[in-house]
Amino acid sequence: MKTVFEHPKALSDVLMHYCPGCTHGIAHRLVAEVLDELGVCDNTIGVAPVGCAVFAYNYFECDMIEAAHGRAPAVATGVKRVHPNAVVFTYQGDGDLAAIGTAETVHAATRGENITVIFINNTNYGMTGGQMAPTTLPGQVTTTTPYGRDIKANGHPIRVCEMLATLSGTAYAERVALNNVKNVMAAKRAIKKAFEYQIAGKGFSIVELLSTCPTNWGLAPTDAMKWLEDNMLPYYPLGVYKDIGGDK
Amino acid sequence: MADKVLVKGNEALGEAAIKAGCRFFFGYPITPQTELSEYLAKRFPKVGGTFLQAESEVAAINMVLGAASAGARVMTSSSSPGISLKSEGISYIAGSDLPAVIVNIQRGGPGLGGIQPSQADYFQATKGGGHGDYRLIVLAPNSVQEIVSLTFDAFDLADLYRMPVMILGDGMLGQMMEPVEFPEHSDRVLPEKTWATDTTQGKRKKNIINSLYIKPDVLEKIVLERYERYAEVEAKEARAETYLTDDADIIITAYGATSRISRNAVDALRASGIKAGLLRPITLWPFPKAEYQRLAKTAKAFLTVEMSMGQMIEDVKLAIDCSRPVYFCGRTGGMIPTPGEIEAKAREIAASL
Amino acid sequence: MAKVTFREDWCKGCGLCVEACPKKILALSKTRLNSAGFYPAEMTDQEKCIGCAFCATMCPHVVITVEK
Repeated sequence: MKTVFEHPKALSDVLMHYCPGCTHGIAHRLVAEVLDELGVCDNTIGVAPVGCAVFAYNYFECDMIEAAHGRAPAVATGVKRVHPNAVVFTYQGDGDLAAIGTAETVHAATRGENITVIFINNTNYGMTGGQMAPTTLPGQVTTTTPYGRDIKANGHPIRVCEMLATLSGTAYAERVALNNVKNVMAAKRAIKKAFEYQIAGKGFSIVELLSTCPTNWGLAPTDAMKWLEDNMLPYYPLGVYKDIGGDK
Repeated sequence: MADKVLVKGNEALGEAAIKAGCRFFFGYPITPQTELSEYLAKRFPKVGGTFLQAESEVAAINMVLGAASAGARVMTSSSSPGISLKSEGISYIAGSDLPAVIVNIQRGGPGLGGIQPSQADYFQATKGGGHGDYRLIVLAPNSVQEIVSLTFDAFDLADLYRMPVMILGDGMLGQMMEPVEFPEHSDRVLPEKTWATDTTQGKRKKNIINSLYIKPDVLEKIVLERYERYAEVEAKEARAETYLTDDADIIITAYGATSRISRNAVDALRASGIKAGLLRPITLWPFPKAEYQRLAKTAKAFLTVEMSMGQMIEDVKLAIDCSRPVYFCGRTGGMIPTPGEIEAKAREIAASL
Repeated sequence: MAKVTFREDWCKGCGLCVEACPKKILALSKTRLNSAGFYPAEMTDQEKCIGCAFCATMCPHVVITVEK
């Protein structure tokens, strides 16, 4: 018998702290599988965010840096400028990337900073207990929008891939989802492509992964997947928003 | 040693950084330090360096954190309001045990304040600025030549003790032109950066740069270890310069630009028979307490001169444990004290002794 | 012939593997708790396993190894 699925080498052999059914674990595994398949783990430096993925520095076998809230793209910029031939990625949630770190995200993209951003969109601040995120859907109940997100008071959710796709420095932006086997496989292809673009020196690449937060959504893990399909997919359509393609 | 050249303080700092081996600079424009950024923007491409104008001071200091993590000699510069923005990152750099050089060419504050020379960021530089238990080594040059030598020291001390070092100047020093000579390189032997996140290359276990320790006993242990290093810095690196202090009744004490004005005042006071001397701290942290304690045995009073409402005066009082009266003479908001003002204050003190 | 093995103490009983299995041969235990206090996923009919690895693909904690 041949092993067809096992723990990737680039993922540390430790139990991750994530809640039952949280898709952060799937996202971590996909990144690690891609690092293994591209054979670049020992030439990679990752940057962890503040938020649920704050301990990501314990979960990857490459060199890791823990950044301040929202600053991962700036930290990654400093790293990449020193080691332009290393593979540099950030792993960030929606509060980190699209609220407090919006400036760092947008400017890393517009500089065409040759890094890869793994972006987890689960429509809330998970680590602090489920507050409104920039990605919280209209009407969605969170601990700081107890009557549902009111657009008049709180404004509209940010569609990150669409926004970054308008910038010339963005080489690749794709939104995928982690809600079923087919989409998880597609997510891995997108992550691989993003890293391949970086290795080829094409510029800024981002993969947005629609993810679940069963604990703060107050749903069973399988029901959370259904909630993602029913509520997130219509507002955040999957697809490639920017791809400079081939030989550029 | 090369021949002497006439340069501005800000530009001398930039050239010294290059000579010290710094090849990465991340900054954001702000008066009155902009010439330093502009100088490096022009010079770095010619020496294989990277100059990057960030989208904000917040981004710039985090780029510094990234480059320092990656093992590079790296610098950023700003002026007072910009240093406030960088304070978050400075705390993270200190908490991650990273070497980096931060230049503050101070201007008047608080808030947007003004753009004229000031020393009102003394507390921010020496007592924190950012959150948590941490220290910066703070170097205070008072001439363009000393800007050069302290820039070399700043990079070496940062690497030696794995901590951020601040060069605290002011708009006057930044703009001042003086003849200087540049040493070619530093002779210090420095530890290898085995901790850097510069990729494992399959040759070692992964490195992690981090300031998060969820378990309080672990965080306490890390902070205590860091403070052991700080104690070593205090024991070995405190520096001061004295002028005519041996028989002085009144010790005028000032750093940076105000120390130059104070020295003129000392000469004028001596000419009129008042035994004044000057004690100039070169390191503001570690504060050169031993020099103050030594002079407190013979002097009758201290006079602190600052371009602020009086900040260093607190360290002077602490250093001598209030064993002598400590007076203050200062201007703020970008106003510069004159030798005459200092002299007048010293005469007042002399009359009361 | 395929075989699925669980690193059982890492299972947090989320049930995503159960949902993903096309043969419906996985279930959360109703009687056993693992060392972390969760009802772990378990195989109910190894003979029917086709080794598609859908379960492992959806497992957030990399509990499952698949051989074929």
